[in-house]
Amino acid sequence: MESILTFLTENKEAIFIIVLSIFLGFEVISNVPSVLHTPLMSGANAISGVIIIGGIILVGHASSTFEWILGAIALFMATLNVAGGFVVTDRMLEMFKKKKK
Amino acid sequence: MNAMILLNTLMPGQVVLEYSYLLSAIMFVIGLKLESNPATARKGNFWAASGMILPMITTLLLNKDAAGEGISLANAAAVILIIAAGAVVGTVMARKVKMTAMPQMVSFFNATGGAASAAVALIEFTKNPNQALLVTLLGLVVGSIAFSGSMIAYGKLDGKVGDIFARFMTYLNLFFMLLIVVIILLVLFGGFGQATVSYLVYGLLVLSIVYGVSFVMPIGGADMPVVISLLNSLTGIAAAMAGFIYQNEAMILGGILVGAAGTILTLQMCKAMNRSLINVIIGAFGGGGASHADVQGSIKEITLSDAAVLLSYSQKVVIIPGYGLAVAQAQHIAHELDSLLESKGVEVKYAIHPVAGRMPGHMNVLLAEADVPYEQLVEMDDINPDMPNVDVAIVVGANDVVNPAAYDDPGSPIYGMPIIDAHLAKNIIIMKRGMGKGYAGIENFLFFNDKARMLFGDAKKSISSLVSEIKSM
Repeated sequence: MESILTFLTENKEAIFIIVLSIFLGFEVISNVPSVLHTPLMSGANAISGVIIIGGIILVGHASSTFEWILGAIALFMATLNVAGGFVVTDRMLEMFKKKKK
Repeated sequence: MNAMILLNTLMPGQVVLEYSYLLSAIMFVIGLKLESNPATARKGNFWAASGMILPMITTLLLNKDAAGEGISLANAAAVILIIAAGAVVGTVMARKVKMTAMPQMVSFFNATGGAASAAVALIEFTKNPNQALLVTLLGLVVGSIAFSGSMIAYGKLDGKVGDIFARFMTYLNLFFMLLIVVIILLVLFGGFGQATVSYLVYGLLVLSIVYGVSFVMPIGGADMPVVISLLNSLTGIAAAMAGFIYQNEAMILGGILVGAAGTILTLQMCKAMNRSLINVIIGAFGGGGASHADVQGSIKEITLSDAAVLLSYSQKVVIIPGYGLAVAQAQHIAHELDSLLESKGVEVKYAIHPVAGRMPGHMNVLLAEADVPYEQLVEMDDINPDMPNVDVAIVVGANDVVNPAAYDDPGSPIYGMPIIDAHLAKNIIIMKRGMGKGYAGIENFLFFNDKARMLFGDAKKSISSLVSEIKSM
């Protein structure tokens, strides 16, 4: 019980950020026309590759073999997510053009 | 923030680093906001991508570990090398993929993101077993589920993995879910020694991967868009949990934004199919079981020349595309048909059902690929009131999304699902390969409608013969 209280107190700011981000997320996305659902999902998917920062920190300070191997896997996977995600989204959005008159 | 981080922020480099994360989080928000409008969407993607590159650079240059050591040159070189490799592979995959295979691709990238989060959480656990244990465990569990679930979704969409549905899967999944919760509680509050906790955590990893598989395995066909967007939101949450470990604003905000966005899309998809999320996750769909009303009437065919005349002398034509159009790669020829008709003064629109295709909004992407301007794509709710004024509704490779059973047959599995009201149009032409049933495996009442006539054959061939028929008139 005490560990929960300590956790809540120590992470007050982070919990704040989470709660506000949820509202922000709902607010930003809720009026998207269905035309854009696929690119938006793929764009959001690319953003979830932000775990790449964790990968950089881990490989950046890796010392044991275990850290090296698993860190390299994490970083490589996250980069796939980021690079692939943004490129594929751009490819889709490039096609959405206005009618030529 | 805890005292350690406060101490670090007193150094100028740390302040720059912390603020680069804040800036990155803001860029994600701006990016997503711009991406919700077709006119600015591409710019939005660029903002989001820049918001990703910025913290990558600052982290590499300025990050210090608990002992205050920066990233060494050798490790930095390794980081750059791995990122370069990942960027090349990811870009090539993203460049080569066909638009019809987009749902698989997104699922695959989602799986890699989930795996990365799980791996980061696992390493953090081995390094500091007691630090931020709850979020570390959540990152591990959610990341693993997102990884294995997305891989199965990828396999299914790519036709490599079939559906397995058995009643016991529902109970098995509930059991796995419960077990995961119990193990997390045991690790947190069980008061076990370090060795036991490690075993429990590795067990949790395996269990989460297995659960991801068994969770997606029974979900089939028409429910795929829901699952993809649900898994997408899980990956975001996993990244946010990892961000919690590092007290990193960019990771927390970025991850939660994705989680919230994915959740909204998931709920919208459920609404578009008139089903609850719980129902999608644990319920069976398709393959009968429910009672069916008897179908009245008979099936009539239409000849190419009749169809050509009918279309040329119409004022309003609505094309209702389904996944069949994508499979036949008929989106380009469909655009040729609509331009040809427009040149004859016919108003042509496309009616897009929210779950047409294999992921939310997939059909829009395919038509955009064929250069159909997005103003011509009309959403279901906007086109339905106008359907009675439409002279011809052309249904191309769509089935369940135009099935009036959704209104008429309380025994039908799709009863209550919003559909495009093709049956209200003055004439209906249905292009179909054969008399097979739709993805949900239900008889379509529309085919037996008095105003409906069938044009059998491959969608691409049918439309191109139709185009040449109209040209020769």
